[in-house]
Amino acid sequence: MTSPKTAGAIDAAPRWATAALVLADGAVFWGKGVGAAGHAVGEVCFNTSMTGYQEIITDPSYAGQIITFTFPHIGNVGTNLEDIESLTPVARGVVLRGDITEPANWRAAKPLDDWLRSHNLPGVCGVDTRAITRRIRDGGAPNGVVVHAPDGKFDVPKLRKIAQDWPGLDGMDLAIEVTTKQLYSWDETKWALGQGYGKLTKPKYHVVAVDYGAKRNILRCLANAGCKVTVVPATATGEDILRHKPDGVFLSNGPGDPAATVGYSVPAIQAVLDKKVPLFGICLGHQILALTLGGKTRKMERGHRGANQPVKDLTTGKVEITSQNHGFCVVPESLPEGVEVTHVSLFDGTNEGLRCTDKPAFSVQYHPEASPGPTDSHYLFDRFVDMIDKSKGK
Amino acid sequence: MPKRTDIKSILVIGAGPIVIGQACEFDYSGVQACKALKDEGYRVILINSNPATIMTDPGLVDATYVEPITPDMVAKIIEKERPDAILPTMGGQTALNTAMSLHRDGRLKKLNVELIGANAEAIDKAEDRLLFRDAMTKIGLECPKSEVVHNREEAARALANVGLPAIIRPSFTLGGTGGGIAYNRDEYFDIVQGGVDASPVGEVLVEESVLGWKEFEMEVVRDRRDNCIIICSIENIDPMGVHTGDSVTVAPALTLTDKEYQNMRDASIAGLREIGVDTGGSNVQFAVDPATGRMVVIEMNPRVSRSSALASKATGFPIAKVAARLAVGYTLDELLNDITGTTPASFEPTIDYVVTKMPRFAFEKFPGAEALLTTSMKSVGEAMSIGRTFQESLQKALRSMETGLTGLNEIEIKGAPDKAAIVGALARPTPDRILVIAQAFRHGLSVDEVAQASKYEPWFLRQIRELVEAEAIVRTRGLPKDAKGLLDLKKKGFSDERLAELTGQKAVDVATRRRGLGIRPVYKRIDTCAAEFESHTPYLYSCYEGDGVNPAECEAQPTDRRKVIILGGGPNRIGQGIEFDYCCVHAVYALRDAGYETIMVNCNPETVSTDYDTADRLYFEPLTAEDVIELVEVERRNGELLGLIVQFGGQTPLKLAKPLEAVGIPILGTSPDAIDLAEDRDRFQKLIHELKLRQPDNGTATSQEQAIAVAERIGYPVVIRPSYVLGGRAMQIVYDRAGLERYTREAVKVSGDTPVLIDSYLRDAIEVDVDALADKDQNVFVAGIMEHIEEAGIHSGDSACSLPPHSLPAKILAEIERQTEAMAKALKVVGLMNVQYAVKDGDVYVLEVNPRASRTVPFVAKATGQPIAKYAARLMVGEPLKALAIKKARGKHVAVKEAVFPFARFPGVDIILGPEMRSTGEVMGLDTNFGRAFAKSQLGAGSKVPLEGVVFVSVKDQDKAAMVKPVKHLVELGFTVVATGGTSDFLRKHGIKTQRVNKVLEGRPHIVDLMKDGKVQLVFNTVDGANALTDSFTLRRTALMNKIAYYTTVAGAKASVEGIAAMRAGALDVAPLQSYFKTTF
Repeated sequence: MTSPKTAGAIDAAPRWATAALVLADGAVFWGKGVGAAGHAVGEVCFNTSMTGYQEIITDPSYAGQIITFTFPHIGNVGTNLEDIESLTPVARGVVLRGDITEPANWRAAKPLDDWLRSHNLPGVCGVDTRAITRRIRDGGAPNGVVVHAPDGKFDVPKLRKIAQDWPGLDGMDLAIEVTTKQLYSWDETKWALGQGYGKLTKPKYHVVAVDYGAKRNILRCLANAGCKVTVVPATATGEDILRHKPDGVFLSNGPGDPAATVGYSVPAIQAVLDKKVPLFGICLGHQILALTLGGKTRKMERGHRGANQPVKDLTTGKVEITSQNHGFCVVPESLPEGVEVTHVSLFDGTNEGLRCTDKPAFSVQYHPEASPGPTDSHYLFDRFVDMIDKSKGK
Repeated sequence: MPKRTDIKSILVIGAGPIVIGQACEFDYSGVQACKALKDEGYRVILINSNPATIMTDPGLVDATYVEPITPDMVAKIIEKERPDAILPTMGGQTALNTAMSLHRDGRLKKLNVELIGANAEAIDKAEDRLLFRDAMTKIGLECPKSEVVHNREEAARALANVGLPAIIRPSFTLGGTGGGIAYNRDEYFDIVQGGVDASPVGEVLVEESVLGWKEFEMEVVRDRRDNCIIICSIENIDPMGVHTGDSVTVAPALTLTDKEYQNMRDASIAGLREIGVDTGGSNVQFAVDPATGRMVVIEMNPRVSRSSALASKATGFPIAKVAARLAVGYTLDELLNDITGTTPASFEPTIDYVVTKMPRFAFEKFPGAEALLTTSMKSVGEAMSIGRTFQESLQKALRSMETGLTGLNEIEIKGAPDKAAIVGALARPTPDRILVIAQAFRHGLSVDEVAQASKYEPWFLRQIRELVEAEAIVRTRGLPKDAKGLLDLKKKGFSDERLAELTGQKAVDVATRRRGLGIRPVYKRIDTCAAEFESHTPYLYSCYEGDGVNPAECEAQPTDRRKVIILGGGPNRIGQGIEFDYCCVHAVYALRDAGYETIMVNCNPETVSTDYDTADRLYFEPLTAEDVIELVEVERRNGELLGLIVQFGGQTPLKLAKPLEAVGIPILGTSPDAIDLAEDRDRFQKLIHELKLRQPDNGTATSQEQAIAVAERIGYPVVIRPSYVLGGRAMQIVYDRAGLERYTREAVKVSGDTPVLIDSYLRDAIEVDVDALADKDQNVFVAGIMEHIEEAGIHSGDSACSLPPHSLPAKILAEIERQTEAMAKALKVVGLMNVQYAVKDGDVYVLEVNPRASRTVPFVAKATGQPIAKYAARLMVGEPLKALAIKKARGKHVAVKEAVFPFARFPGVDIILGPEMRSTGEVMGLDTNFGRAFAKSQLGAGSKVPLEGVVFVSVKDQDKAAMVKPVKHLVELGFTVVATGGTSDFLRKHGIKTQRVNKVLEGRPHIVDLMKDGKVQLVFNTVDGANALTDSFTLRRTALMNKIAYYTTVAGAKASVEGIAAMRAGALDVAPLQSYFKTTF
């Protein structure tokens, strides 16, 4: 590590700089500003995907985070109206290696720079994102501020103080911030080349999805599997959920510390489990299911953020390449009887999935809906529908 | 699933000689596969006719057959070795075709040997155009509209469906030989006919044109549990219409959204499943309509390929090694990712840099061939470069080419600044189109205009335009005054040299200024995972990083060991290919064994040298003074650098010796001054004189008048060439004053700066190549003396040769040894030295001395059982010759090297051999006598050596007498003779029954008709002078395209008769290298 750890002369902005990443530990990375002017504080994480930055930035799971992209060319395919996972991005800001270029893609509607600005997201480009990634890898995800100052004026000590004072994601309930405020129904299906998104015409089942920060592609995958979806807020009670007489219940992904949600999430999920309504959870939903079942979660030293993550399905022995984005994980030893581990990460052996042996419930830590990332795990949505079939004696 | 235990031994089929479309990437893949299978405990048997490969080193596998890769030979090896399985996916199209041929004729079944890696059905489905299209349609993937065509009628029907322009692809040919794009009906029927002829099964695919679409490739690996991973996506900058091997490509794909990328990923995997590639690597190619995103599948290769080698080097994921293990039953999750050492192989590499691959061409060697790129591959090599951004990567690639480029150098567009002329130039798919594009921007064309004409994706064009704009600013304002300004330029990949050109300075001044501002490159690791995990593999590339405030992060971590840096050869080209990489790799092996840390520097993705497994540390860098000096300084920060080896990689590193020495970097072995002495005509002449040796009469000329004077003093014919060239570039034999004038008028500009060298041409002399070793105390060991088959005047790289010499008397050999020793001592050679001699009338003449590794080193090593490159490396670090304990014992076998030519790829090019080297590769024939060894060398080189039939003879007057004996011999062997007028009369006069046939110009039916009808099996044709050349051009082209064995020299003809006689005397048998000598390396 050659990056400085202490404040001092480094606080003086070079003449050309219009943006910087200021870390709580003292380091400053100078660069050029992209997106909106202003600053944002958050946990600095990295993502190693080479495609799908628009989906990543609009993934609600990134609430509270500043995303460092390891791939140097971000923005090269511009942005469009289709490749979004939520209407409003909740990531705090972006850190890029290369300049944002004019878009090169037949679907591009707006350059990334303009798009970031329209969503009020600040960013810095021209910094060594590999060095930052190595720093995160070796020292954990630091808190930091990304600042874009078109006038080149920076108050670094103040920004550093903001970073240092930010409480961090541990114990932070972000799901409550990003969840839908009111329920809505969903029937849009997956994207296809030349056709765009489709519509579910003949629903087979009705699924209630609890939105802790759901990516739209999850809803699309459910619709593709034949489920009409009613999306309810994170704070929906068991009664709120069951009132819809769902054939199945889905627990979405979402940001922040799962433990911070237990006040409202666990009782609601417990009620669903008690009724033996088939249940499927992804990411934060997976962690919440584990907590409901009596298991524990912990913050990982190194989160999983990328689209190349191998996961082994212990039931079939097959390996899936998955898209992942999580900084917390389920502690498998904490899982009670009646719960079995179904998937593990081949990178670090952490838990990637579980299922109940006495209830129709299963969940995975990774993102089977992909978007961005490989579609290897789309089958899980069919597995969910099969489970509903079975519960109905079909 | 652990490895299979029901198989014990595996036959690996190599790719044979280096040809266009099938180069040393198959040595890289094959070595990985062989090593992996050996490590797994299998008995590994290898067949490969190419002696210049690392895979044919006798220590690599259990039985190494350097034999022609033909179905019959492979069958013989199977009968002898009885392997349980054949791995046919490592040796390119050659291996696949050979295996398929044995499958089709039932021999695999009869011999009870199974194909692993890819089964016959899958190979058929992937390779047979029709089956492939059906398979893709079945899984809902689109292919371009297409029809399979075998004849003119079918061609006409197909045309109605497919329309023009149409793409014609012959089935089962490598690199698209014989294919092309037809824009009109005439062209269409011509190309179809050519393709049908070129295809071994007489079949072509006529296909809807997707010209101008974007081209992508996916490298996929699958295991028998159906785990599939994408190793790398590749985007071609050159749009569809240019063979991917000839395209500038980048990795990863840069202009796909995730949705499109995942579609392509899904399609690739579905393709593999449907085709039935159960295990191993495959390459799938796609075309995408830039306007609509419509995606069509172009083709799939169910084997490792040039692209998979590139993908391996680009990502650090060793596809061939993994594929070999998968073929014996492992699954991906059971294998470790070598690079991280902690994560499994079942993941998808992600990269945080941009890789550019740039092809290198050799059109200048093939006058008559138009320098245009098509769907048939023409490039002879490639360089790969790595940068943090596309611009850095692109500019590194340009200077890696070693064609004199320092970046996007200016190029003259004929007719510019006329816009129509520029647009016209942009529309032509020429080898230097990227430079034309940059120049078009300099002429003020817009991105849209350039995109319209060239069909390049505008994203790449804007990146190029930015570089041109940055250049313009530097040109007008000079170098930026501040550190950040210069750092930004370096981040864009500008070399010091280019910046020097733009500002009218010297590169060294720019470097001094840059360093003064504290701007130095840093080194990042290729780690397969974008830094997510720590990598312990020092696979490094340079880049400029940071904000100029904080020091940029460098991951080089040089060790405290004693180290030697070996500079590789850069992109392959004619005259500098795999042989030099072989030497570099051997230097690494020897020095690593001797306890040194070995550090490899190279930019050729095809090679074994750039496998991160080869040297202790690998810098994937351009071989320029700037790039090398920077990394040397990093390495010197820790440990002790003994020095650099620059004498093994050919001219490329050799040229760096002086600038490196100038900044105090130690060069190991023979001093750069001695190397210079050998290349400097005057200094060398003085040395020869002092040693009382003989040279052919010669002189140097700096003007046409002077050239004529020199030639007249020496006497015609003379050999004439520009000074300081490689591979005999622009070298010609000139027979008279008119010829000389033509040469100085048309071929080479003669001036004070570019003098020409003129040598007396020793007519009918025997040429001899010698490789020798010498230590620091001037002890000399002559490792190999090779007698050329073709007479002096044919470039040594293009000539067949025999070791031991097959006709020279012992007295001459002793004299050659004496002279070699004398020169090695005089030049204070430490390491390798190569000398070329001509022997005429009992006199020995020195033609050329090169105190460095030569093209023949691997051949000598395998012919004699001595690892001479390894020995040389040890001598260079100071070991004495006697420490090597070399035994001069030689077996009774004979080794014949034969050259392999790319003529078939260059329509309009004559196949007559000359002093300019044009071969791309070589094979070795090994047997108990010259005739058999020569026959094997011919079979290995792809010649159909006939055992009976008709020989056609047409030779120039001075050769007629010499032809009598061999032709007589053929008649005794049962051949019948046809000959053109003069030759026929002459032969008849000497008692040989011949049938006279018309020359082409004498009216029909003529010799070409006879050849096309399959009535000629062997051609002996020698010519003198330019007119005769044009006369008989068609007949030689016809022999080439109809695969009729041909010889264009008397010596070659004579040797071929010996070969035929030997084959008639007894069928050829196979024997492994290990049976010829016991030494192993």
